[in-house]
Amino acid sequence: MDNKLIGTDTTQYIVVKMGVEQYGIDIKYVDNIVRMQKITRVPKAQKWFDGVINLRGEIIPVMNLRRKFELEEVENTDKTRIIVLKPDNQGSIGVIVDRVKEVVTLGSESIEKAQTDMKDEKSKYISSVGKQGDELITILNINGVLDIN
Amino acid sequence: MDVSQYLEIFIDETSEHLQNLSQQLMSLEEEPGNSDTINEIFRAAHSLKGMAGTMGFKRMQNLTHVMENVFSEVRNGKMSVTAELVDVLFQCLDALESYLASIQQTSDEGTEDNESIIALLNKFLEGQPAEAKKEPAKKAEDKKPEVNTTSAATSTTVSNVAFSEFEVNAIKEAFEKGIKVYKLVVHVDENCILKAARAFLVFKSLEDLGEIIKSEPYVQDIEDEKFDFEFTLVFVTKESLEKVITTVENVSEIRKVDGEELTEVPQAGKKEEETVETVEPQEEKKTEVVKKEEKAVEKPKAAETAPAKGQTAGKPIVNRSVRVDIDKLDVLMNLVSELIIAKNSIVAANENAENAQGVTEHIEYLERVTTNLHESVMKVRMMPIETVTQKFPKMVRDLSKKLDKQMKLVITGEETELDRTVIDEIGDPLMHLLRNSADHGLETADVRISRGKDPVGNIELNAYQDGNNVVIEVKDDGNGIDVERVRDKALEKGSITQAQAEAMTDKEIIDLLFQPSFSTAKAVTDVSGRGVGLDVVKTKIESLGGDIEVKTKLGEGSTFIIRLPLTLAIIQALMVELGDEIYAISLGSIETIEDVNISEIKYVQSKEVINLRGSVIPIIRLGQVLDIESEETENLTVVVVKKGDRSAGLVIDKLIGQQEIVIKSLGKYINNSKLISGATILGDGEVALILDVNTLV
Repeated sequence: MDNKLIGTDTTQYIVVKMGVEQYGIDIKYVDNIVRMQKITRVPKAQKWFDGVINLRGEIIPVMNLRRKFELEEVENTDKTRIIVLKPDNQGSIGVIVDRVKEVVTLGSESIEKAQTDMKDEKSKYISSVGKQGDELITILNINGVLDIN
Repeated sequence: MDVSQYLEIFIDETSEHLQNLSQQLMSLEEEPGNSDTINEIFRAAHSLKGMAGTMGFKRMQNLTHVMENVFSEVRNGKMSVTAELVDVLFQCLDALESYLASIQQTSDEGTEDNESIIALLNKFLEGQPAEAKKEPAKKAEDKKPEVNTTSAATSTTVSNVAFSEFEVNAIKEAFEKGIKVYKLVVHVDENCILKAARAFLVFKSLEDLGEIIKSEPYVQDIEDEKFDFEFTLVFVTKESLEKVITTVENVSEIRKVDGEELTEVPQAGKKEEETVETVEPQEEKKTEVVKKEEKAVEKPKAAETAPAKGQTAGKPIVNRSVRVDIDKLDVLMNLVSELIIAKNSIVAANENAENAQGVTEHIEYLERVTTNLHESVMKVRMMPIETVTQKFPKMVRDLSKKLDKQMKLVITGEETELDRTVIDEIGDPLMHLLRNSADHGLETADVRISRGKDPVGNIELNAYQDGNNVVIEVKDDGNGIDVERVRDKALEKGSITQAQAEAMTDKEIIDLLFQPSFSTAKAVTDVSGRGVGLDVVKTKIESLGGDIEVKTKLGEGSTFIIRLPLTLAIIQALMVELGDEIYAISLGSIETIEDVNISEIKYVQSKEVINLRGSVIPIIRLGQVLDIESEETENLTVVVVKKGDRSAGLVIDKLIGQQEIVIKSLGKYINNSKLISGATILGDGEVALILDVNTLV
């Protein structure tokens, strides 16, 4: 299967688990993956922000992805990770995920554009769906998730 | 011709010259007969012309050329300075500024010819046609002897060159291959402004023909303009001497090139033999002569500038400055930030350590170092506020004409220094306030006379340092703010209700002026009245970590007081604990810290207040504001903070102490209604948030 990918447009994704669902994040946005650490609460911030962390001297806001996606909240485990994203021309931001599964390379032929449901606010978080074997990976629209216009 | 690498220098220097011109024109208007000022103006215009020409900005050059002609007439006493002339000259300055702005943005001067201004200037010149004709002739006369002497001094100069072994080998090699070696002495025009640029072009044109194996002075020195008006090159090429010379002479502002062919291999480390015997003694004398001449020329210049500057109250003659890339400074700043973080970690480690004595000494030392480093870096970042205020006198002059009101601007404390980032941002708000004072504040001359005031309105801009803050006041002796009119206006606009209007104090009403889209001007003018003024000013100043307040008395004038922090990046802060969270409060805004017994809290309009030595101040339960649960205790620790002349007491759980903290931004993602102005990293790596007291009080 790998051989088939050569010559086509391929993109690497970091696959993260949130409960049973798995989400793909384009690796070009990923700056760093760090273990869970002490998060300083920021009062009166938007509810999906857990607060800020100190990442090697930089202050980075941390978003709770479960709360943003309106999923049921869970306790942190030793698999919980903060993925530090660096969107184009924006500051870094961390998102909390249940665990990081793997890095996959997907060719353009195995990615299908997601159907956008205008009524659903959450549909802007998703850009497409990738197929790997018989598993489906929901590929995140990072700008949508982070509310970047 | 590629002169783009000089564009930056050109822009810098041009804006300096324009600034200078504008100042000098202002003082010329006051005393039209001052010959020092006229000379200064003439020189600035002349330099501008030369620079524009060098860079190939023809339109700019044309305009400055005509200006220069006018100034030279004035200088020769053939034209008197009239108000109309000054007006036209100010128009010229505006035109030049727009050229410069266009060059800054697109590196092109644009297509505006400003013919009307040139025509106006020419009209002034034609007013004295006979004299105008005489002028160029006279100019030429002026110049001729100068040129003669200098060319006599330098034309035969083929200066001596000491060769290194490497260079000798290169010459030898060239001879072996039958390639010619020339020695060229390039004379740059004395009026040339960008000598280094010219030299660069010479190098470039020569490199197409062959190879430069030696230059005296060194190339680096030439690039740094460390040479008089000539430099010597040793050049290896297959071309003929004539071709080489014409190529170099084709570069503009190169006055002359002397060349000779080297036929013998010179010896390393020694002066070239042939010339040593014959030319050297002469040469020395001549350079001496040239130097004397130069000195003689320089002296009167210095004498001329000294009194002119002397009038402007003790300003330094030359502002010695180093241009530093702001990025480099930012890097330095970050390093210092890290150093302070490191220091804080030692402090934290020390508190746990058993052997505290030795560590303490080191810490004290480290503390001293970091404090000094911080101070010196901050000083590099500091700039006098003069850099923004110097354009204001002209602006006020323009406003005075436009609004047809007589006014004068007095600026004090221009030497007060502020952080570079603040300086860059503060210009527009100040301009807004000055326009406000001129347009809304000051009355027309007849109103002023009927009120028994001097018909000429006064606007003052005072800057001074006050503790950790810099205060800038914009003060006018005009009408002051009519509180009743503001109240009516607010009612009319529906910003407040009738009940609110009656309950509000005058101060609260005045604060409405800082609300978006609020203007009391009866009519929208060019200058102000669109209602996008004061709220923008306020937002800008708050984004710089400062605040603004107004003091006003109807009929007597108003004062806008801006308070800005001296530095932005590192502050002294009081660390406090609330629940299990740590917050920092800038020391600059703290007045006192009080222990208050719960029984001392009184209620005014169901709000908690305390009576603190005669003044009643509201109490803010910080825990509630920040959604922190904390236990109610008998004795409260209250941090009294002030904003302008308002105070409030913030109730906290525990004091930790004073600390120097590095301010870091929270970024743009989190939006929490300005309650938190930033964050800092503590010694143990934890994050503490910095409270913005301004939004609480």
